[in-house]
Amino acid sequence: MSTATAPTPYAPAPGTAPKPSLVRLVTVELRKLVDTRAGFWLLASIAILVVLASASVMIWAPDSAITYDVFMQAAGYPIGFLLPVLAILSVTSEWSQRTGLVTFTMEPRRIRTLLAKLVATVIAAVAAVVVSLALAAVANVLGAAVNGVDTVWNNGASEIFDWTLLQLLGLLLGFAFATLFRISAVAIVVYYAYNLVISGLLSVLAAFQEWFADIQGWVDFSFAQIPLTTHSMDGEAWAQLATSGTIWLLLPLAVGTWLVLRAEVK
Amino acid sequence: MITVEGLSKSYGRFVAVDDVTFNCRPGTVTGFLGPNGAGKSTTMRIISGLTPQDRGSATVDGQRYVDIPNPGTKVGVLLDASAQHAGRTGREVLTLGAMTMGLPRRRVDEMLELVSLTPPEAKRRIRDYSLGMRQRLGIAHALLGDPQILILDEPANGLDPAGIHWMRGLLREYANRGGTVMLSSHLLHEVEVIADELIVIGNGRIVAQDTKANLLKTAGTFAKGLEPESLARALSQAGIHATPSGDGGVRTESTPEAVGRAAAVAGVVLLELRAADGAGLEEMFLQLTSDTQRDVATPEESLV
Repeated sequence: MSTATAPTPYAPAPGTAPKPSLVRLVTVELRKLVDTRAGFWLLASIAILVVLASASVMIWAPDSAITYDVFMQAAGYPIGFLLPVLAILSVTSEWSQRTGLVTFTMEPRRIRTLLAKLVATVIAAVAAVVVSLALAAVANVLGAAVNGVDTVWNNGASEIFDWTLLQLLGLLLGFAFATLFRISAVAIVVYYAYNLVISGLLSVLAAFQEWFADIQGWVDFSFAQIPLTTHSMDGEAWAQLATSGTIWLLLPLAVGTWLVLRAEVK
Repeated sequence: MITVEGLSKSYGRFVAVDDVTFNCRPGTVTGFLGPNGAGKSTTMRIISGLTPQDRGSATVDGQRYVDIPNPGTKVGVLLDASAQHAGRTGREVLTLGAMTMGLPRRRVDEMLELVSLTPPEAKRRIRDYSLGMRQRLGIAHALLGDPQILILDEPANGLDPAGIHWMRGLLREYANRGGTVMLSSHLLHEVEVIADELIVIGNGRIVAQDTKANLLKTAGTFAKGLEPESLARALSQAGIHATPSGDGGVRTESTPEAVGRAAAVAGVVLLELRAADGAGLEEMFLQLTSDTQRDVATPEESLV
């Protein structure tokens, strides 16, 4: 046990240091995404699963399906499945791991930390998307060579944009649910329940109720995203994405943000 | 300087903090003493901006906590050493803190050294830390930004005797250099050793608040007889009013001399006879503890 020594001062005038800048907070939040084993393997498993998905396409898909579009769609499954979890954990861990006690005492203006988390998870998502697109491109070249067919690049910038937007919307929805519940398990379950159960129920409702079928595009966020997957976005589709997104994404995010600002950290 | 005025906080019908007012001044260690659930942690969370109060105000150097630009460089806060991501290493936790506050990375090494966490220990993940190591890490984090004010909730929990001794020395020196220290504890003897000022809280209310010297300066005498009944009889014959205190002893408002004479006249054998310093505080604290802690069941029974 060492004897007690007084901490050495480092700054000219402690206490007068400026607010942590948003850039600094984003850097910290990015680091927090990967500095635990859980976070590291979550990101690593996205890459690993994209490779596996590409491999399965190479092995099992018919020759006609060895195209960049197919590889990109295959890569979309692991990304769409795991990126929202990354966003959810970034928010909920402050409560479930109780790190908020430290995070929010270092930056008590929680809206700034929340904003930093949002930016950090979007940066991570864009990085994951870029890596996945590159892996899919490599797989496309390899797949064509292995199967003895011509390499088909059938996706342009607009398809890639649609696909990227789809992944980001999933991430943002996870983020919104995370702010709403602030408990990892609950937010993850609600996120998947929304994707698997609620959107299914809404489709059933649309199948039986004509009045709902007429408005489904305007209120059903999953349904409104279908044109993104089929690359058939038009003016009405964008408007429907905006209205349904307001209901399912912006509204929960607004309420969730209000709750995060008020929720006690114990 | 921590200034708390008329602070109140309720959870539904439960009043956690009830009209609490106090100051913690530079150069002093203020012990915040009370049984578990007395409102210590809630008060500290309100000061640190984590819990909104219902009424009253809490400021640090005249500023609300949320208005301090870079709070970590002004107020070092340790509310719960276990509130860390189990999967992070100790060094990583300090690095995140240094990054957030905008400090040079060498502060991390300096603080690790200060709290005697070795490089191999700093590389371990917190799930493998003992509570004592977590407290050391928490104290390192609180001191990272070289703040003038420290708010520590039960910092001695989990420290071994050598660790407690080390922490006392550290905080003493910190206060001697002009720092303000507010630390809570549910153990009277723990804060008695280090604190200059004592605030005793029970059921959300402050029941005593003064310098340690004044609080411990209880008038009267503590005496313990070989046969407690004979001593009690002897004292009452001499017209000295006595109340039971501590382990089979009594406390009186009389002087030690008067008690000694009364015992001598009655031929009662005394085992202890001294000025009752601190006995009053201890009685008050025990009273508070038994009122609020429902200590009807023995510890063994309550474990079942």
